Amino acid sequence: MTTELNTVTSANKAYSKVQQQVVRSLKKRHRQEKLFRTAGLLAVSASILLVILLFVNIFAKGLPAFWQHSITLDIYFDPAIVKISEQPQPQAGETENEFRQRDLAWRSEVGLVNFNRLIFPALQQVIPDAQQHRRELQRIVTSGERFALRDLVIADPSIIGQTKTLHLLTDANIDVWLKGNIDRSLPDEQQQLSAKVREWVDALKQQGVISNRFSFALFMNPDSRSSLASAGLAGAFMGSLYMMLVVIVLAIPMGVAAAIYLEEFAPKNRLTDLVEVNINNLAAVPSIVFGLLGASIFIGWFNLPMSAPVVGGLVLTLMTLPTVIIATRSTLKAIPPSIRQAALGLGASKTQAVFHHVLPLAIPGILTGSIIGVAQALGETAPLLLIGMKSFVASVPGSAMDQATALPVQIYLWQGNELRNFFEARTSAAIIVLLVMMLSLNSLAIWLRKRYEVRW
Amino acid sequence: MQIKTFSKLALITALSISFAATAQSTRDTIQIAGSSTVLPFSSIAAEEFGNNFAQFKTPVVGSGGSSGGLRQFCQGVGTNTIDVANSSRQIRPAEVEACKANGVKHIIEVKIGYDGIVFASRVDAGTFALKPEHVFLAQAAQVPQNGKMVANPYTRWSQIDKSLPDQSILLAIPGSNHGTREVYEEKVVLEGCKSLPEIKTMSKDQQGEFCLAMRTDGAVVEIAGDYTETLARLQAQKDAVGVFGLSFYESNRDRIKVATVDGVVPTVENIISGAYPVSRPLFFYVKGEHIGVIPGLQQFAEYFVSDAASGEASPLEFAGLIPLADDERAEILAAIRSKKSL
Repeated sequence: MTTELNTVTSANKAYSKVQQQVVRSLKKRHRQEKLFRTAGLLAVSASILLVILLFVNIFAKGLPAFWQHSITLDIYFDPAIVKISEQPQPQAGETENEFRQRDLAWRSEVGLVNFNRLIFPALQQVIPDAQQHRRELQRIVTSGERFALRDLVIADPSIIGQTKTLHLLTDANIDVWLKGNIDRSLPDEQQQLSAKVREWVDALKQQGVISNRFSFALFMNPDSRSSLASAGLAGAFMGSLYMMLVVIVLAIPMGVAAAIYLEEFAPKNRLTDLVEVNINNLAAVPSIVFGLLGASIFIGWFNLPMSAPVVGGLVLTLMTLPTVIIATRSTLKAIPPSIRQAALGLGASKTQAVFHHVLPLAIPGILTGSIIGVAQALGETAPLLLIGMKSFVASVPGSAMDQATALPVQIYLWQGNELRNFFEARTSAAIIVLLVMMLSLNSLAIWLRKRYEVRW
Repeated sequence: MQIKTFSKLALITALSISFAATAQSTRDTIQIAGSSTVLPFSSIAAEEFGNNFAQFKTPVVGSGGSSGGLRQFCQGVGTNTIDVANSSRQIRPAEVEACKANGVKHIIEVKIGYDGIVFASRVDAGTFALKPEHVFLAQAAQVPQNGKMVANPYTRWSQIDKSLPDQSILLAIPGSNHGTREVYEEKVVLEGCKSLPEIKTMSKDQQGEFCLAMRTDGAVVEIAGDYTETLARLQAQKDAVGVFGLSFYESNRDRIKVATVDGVVPTVENIISGAYPVSRPLFFYVKGEHIGVIPGLQQFAEYFVSDAASGEASPLEFAGLIPLADDERAEILAAIRSKKSL
C-alpha cells in the first residue's frame, strides 16, 4: 500500500513537472492563438471596409447620374417648319428594295428639317427675355433632342400640327450646375455657363419647368459626344450582350466537350498530362496576351472586322475556355465512381454511362463554372482595347458583326471624357450597371448551385 | 441528353465559327483612328453625319495618338484596315513612304481647323506668364550658364525667372505618340532654346539635338494617355504644370487656369489672329483606295469640312474647334472632290 502510494506520489511529482511546463507554455500558446485570431479578424474587417468604401464611393457618385434635369416644353409641330411629303407606304407590285429606297429618301427629307426651330418658340414661352439672347438659348436643350423630335415625326407623321408636352434633356453643363457638381461661387470666367443662362435655369428650376427626372437616356441611347447629356449605355450593353452570346455558344460546348473527353475517355498518358498542364497554364495567361493574339489572328489573318463583338467574343472565348474546362473536370471528378460502375454493371456502354448518368448529375457544377467564366469575360477590358473596341461608336449594333464597344470599355472611355464634371458621375453610373450585371450573374450561379446541388 | 443535343450544340459551334470566318468581305461602316486631340471633333462629326445621312451608318472613331493612327492607316488596303486617320500634325514623308510600301498610294489630306495648345496649372496654384525660353530652361537636360553648358540646375520656376511663381518645376507634357508633342517641341521648346544667345552660335543639327534633350530627374513627366491623365496628374500634384488642348481647358475651367505665352492669353480670337504662338492645324487623312468601296467615305469627308459641320456656330465650333477661313475651306473641299493625292 505504502509503496503503491509512494509510486503515485512520485508519479504525481513527475506529472506536475510536465504539468508545470504545460501551464507555462499554455500562456504562450493562448497568446499565439489570440494573435492569429486578431490578425485574421483585422484582415477580414480591412477587406470589408475597403469594399464598403468602394461601394459607398461609387454609389454616392453614380446614383445621382440616374436622374437628369430635363425641361418641360410645349412643342408645337409647326407645319410651316416641318414641311415634308407624305410618308411612303408599301405599294402593290413594288419590291422590298424599292420601298426601302423610297423610305430612306423620305427619312433623309425629314432629317433636313431644322428641328431647333420648334424648340425656340417653346423656350420663348417660358423665358421672358429670350429674344435678346438667341445664342444662349441654343445651349439650354441638349443638341441630341432635335433628333428625338425627328424620330417622333418619323414614328407618327400625324403629329404635325399638334402641340405636345415633352420633357427634353437639358445641356450637360446645366445639369452640372443645377446638381452643384461645379462650385457655384466660382467667378464668371471659370464657369461653363454664362451668367444669363445660370439665372434662367435657376428660375426655371424654381418654377418647376426644369426638374430632375429619372433618366432613361442612360439606358436607351448609345454613346454620344455631340450631345453629352444624352450619352447612354445602350450601344455598349448590346456589344457586351453579343460578346457574351458568342462566348456562351462557343466556350461552353467546346469546354464541356473537352472536359468530358479528358476526364472520362482519354487514356492517361504523357500526352494527356501535357494537355492538362497546358490548359492550366492557359488559365493563367494574362488577358492582354489574348488581345494581341486576337488582333493578329482574327483581324490580321481571318479578316474579321475591327471593333466587332464577334472578334471580342472569340478572344474572350479563348480566355473563358480553360475556366470552363477546369470547372467541368472538377465537377466530373467529384461524382462518385459508383454511379458509373452501376451503369456499366447494368450493361450501359461507356458513352451511355457518361451521357445518361454522369453528365446530368454534373450539370449544376458545370453551369456554375460556366456562369462564373462568363461573368469574368463580361468584366474583361484589356484584350478588347487591342482589337479596336475602344472606339467611339454612336449607334446601337444590330448584329455581332457591327462595330460596337463593351460596358467595361465604355467606363474607360467616359472616364477619359473632357467634361469631367458631368462624366465623373456618369462613369460611376456605368460602373453600377456593370456591377449589378456581374452580381446578378454570380448570384444566379450561387442559386443554381444551391438549388440543384446533390450531396453524396 | 443526350448525344443528340450535344452534337447539335457542336454543330452550331462549328457553323458559327465558319460563318464568322467567311462573312467578312464587305464593311459598310467608316472606320477612323488617330489623334486624341482630333477625337472629340471627329466623333461629333461622325455622330452628326450618321444622324443627317439616313443612308449611311455612323462612322466609328478610335484613338491611339496621331502616330498610332497613321501607322494603322499605312498598314495596307482592305476592309480590315482603317479608312481615315486623324492627326494633330502633318503626315511625315517617312510615313507616306511606309504607306506606299504597303499599297496605300492615294492619300487625301484634309485640314479641318485649328487648335491651340495651352499650359495650365491648378486654380489654387501660382499663375504663370510663360515665355518659350522659360519652358526650355525648365525641361532641358543641359542649360547654358556663364558661357558653359551645365546640367539643369533649376528646381523652382522662380529660379528661372523672378516673375514666375515660387513653386517646384513639374512639367507634364504629352508623350511622343501624340502629335501635340511635336508642336510643343517645335513652337515652344525650340523657339525658346534658339532665343538664347549661347545656342545661336551652334550648327543646326547641334541645336536640334541640344534643345530637345530632356532632363531625366523626374521634373518632366511624359503622359502617354489623353488629357484626362494630365489633369489627374495636376490634381495629385499641386505644383504640376500641364500641356493641354485649348478645348480641353475650356471644358475644365473650374479646375485649371491657363498660362499666358509671351503675354498673350490663349483664346479663339488670339489664335485666329496669330497673336498666340502655340497653335497648329488639325488634319485627317482619307485612304483614296477606299472611296467608292466603303459607302459614304467621300460624303463624310465633305461633310466634316462643310460650313454646316465645322464653320461658324457649328457643333464643332461649340466643341472648341477653331474654324477654317472661308477660302481655305473652299480649297479643301475642292481637293476632296477632285480626290487630290499627296
